[in-house]
Amino acid sequence: MRVSHDIEITPKSVVLDGKQIEVSETGERLLVELYRRYVGDYPKFYKMDTLSRLGFIAAEILLKIEPVEAVILGNHNASIKNDRDYLKTITDGNYYPSPALFVYTLPNIVTGEIAIRHHIQGETSFYVLDKQEDLEPIIHATLNNVPSPILGGWCECSDKDEFNAKLQIIWNN
Amino acid sequence: MIYCLGHNIISPLGEGSEQNYQAVVAGRSGLKLYTDRFADVEPFCASIFAEPQDFVDLCVRTAQTAIAEAGIDATAKDVVFILSTTKGDNLDLITPAKAIAKHFGNMNSPIVVSNACTSGVCAQITAKRLIESGLYRHAVVIGCDIQTRFIVSGFQSFKALSDEPCKPFSEDRRGLNLGEAAAAIVWSAEPHDGWVLEAGSIHNDANHISGPSRIGEGLYRCLRDVLQGVEREDIKLLGVHGTATLYNDAMEKIAIERAGLQDVPISALKPYFGHTMGAAGVLETIMCMQLLQHGIFIKMLSGFGGVNAAIRLRCE
Repeated sequence: MRVSHDIEITPKSVVLDGKQIEVSETGERLLVELYRRYVGDYPKFYKMDTLSRLGFIAAEILLKIEPVEAVILGNHNASIKNDRDYLKTITDGNYYPSPALFVYTLPNIVTGEIAIRHHIQGETSFYVLDKQEDLEPIIHATLNNVPSPILGGWCECSDKDEFNAKLQIIWNN
Repeated sequence: MIYCLGHNIISPLGEGSEQNYQAVVAGRSGLKLYTDRFADVEPFCASIFAEPQDFVDLCVRTAQTAIAEAGIDATAKDVVFILSTTKGDNLDLITPAKAIAKHFGNMNSPIVVSNACTSGVCAQITAKRLIESGLYRHAVVIGCDIQTRFIVSGFQSFKALSDEPCKPFSEDRRGLNLGEAAAAIVWSAEPHDGWVLEAGSIHNDANHISGPSRIGEGLYRCLRDVLQGVEREDIKLLGVHGTATLYNDAMEKIAIERAGLQDVPISALKPYFGHTMGAAGVLETIMCMQLLQHGIFIKMLSGFGGVNAAIRLRCE
């Protein structure tokens, strides 16, 4: 297992291959700032939930360096932030279930968004785990079975301004 | 390859794999029309337990039977619990998974596979990889989902639900029915007579997050992968997804034809169990094992996020 590039995005910082990237915004607005800087012409971004925006933008920055064959992500809270947003559309006395929100009530949608953007027709998988380190054996076992490199790592969002992505481009050797 | 040591199904059709098989053979269905099950939602047809179920308890009960049949020590360090679910226990996925593993005295971190409707097949592929990589000797794969106002309202907002029993692959199919079930399989590195999981594959359509590829690209690639090393004539059964939505069934038909499998008998079980979501891939695999008894079959699924999955099983 070998990591060729990695990115970490928190509500306050972006670190690519160990180097801090200058940003002015924080939280959810940081993701929009990164979208404007690195993409700008993919309006579907604005339809995405925060988890998908986070994974999408982290992937965007990494995959500009190197394309991948598969996307294997994990987190602890699944799609909880967007699940709560969807719940607000089905409260008693205010029942207007939103299909636009419901579609994001699965954490693997972020892997689908990345696959669509980068035309990745290899494997996409999402795991919900107790700890970040629990993803390592799964990625190790996956690399024995799918072509590399893969985009792998942690993609977590528990609220609109509480998130953490730690994504890597990982090779089998 | 990995070996099946034991399995179990709990559904509205009964407790136990054999009882569920007998119910289906007798033509019984769990589907019923619900008009006031959840506030505000429109009438829907689904397969739901008569008594409300506790998610963790249901998973524990179904795993208990499968583990007993397998005769493994679930407390051992070389056993991992893998849970396949979409919404878990009221939107919480990892907490119930930990509670289930803890119930059996298993100290390893459990894994939840959250790959939409394909999760139950993906969980078995994950089991195969972890066992073949030597990380574990046995994997207890549990698939379970409980229907809630959250899920039913969402599928209704997509206009995906039928208020009649679903008709997979029929010209007049009108949509899917949801279902509840808990199914478990113990997969192992230990050679054992019976079913073996020989191959598995997962591919994304890279096309749309809520609709399948019109040419069934991801599913076709999965079928192509799991067909490697076998003759098409040796495939005796195809366990399709068969949700009875307009787009799913049309896409599956195209993928099946592209893979050259159009002459293989298919099994579409959702008219009996509904779409049991996280349970579907595990439950329908067990049903295919019982329907075929021996030979080779492929179980395939597709889901939101554009993900597709297929596994190949053999019993001599």
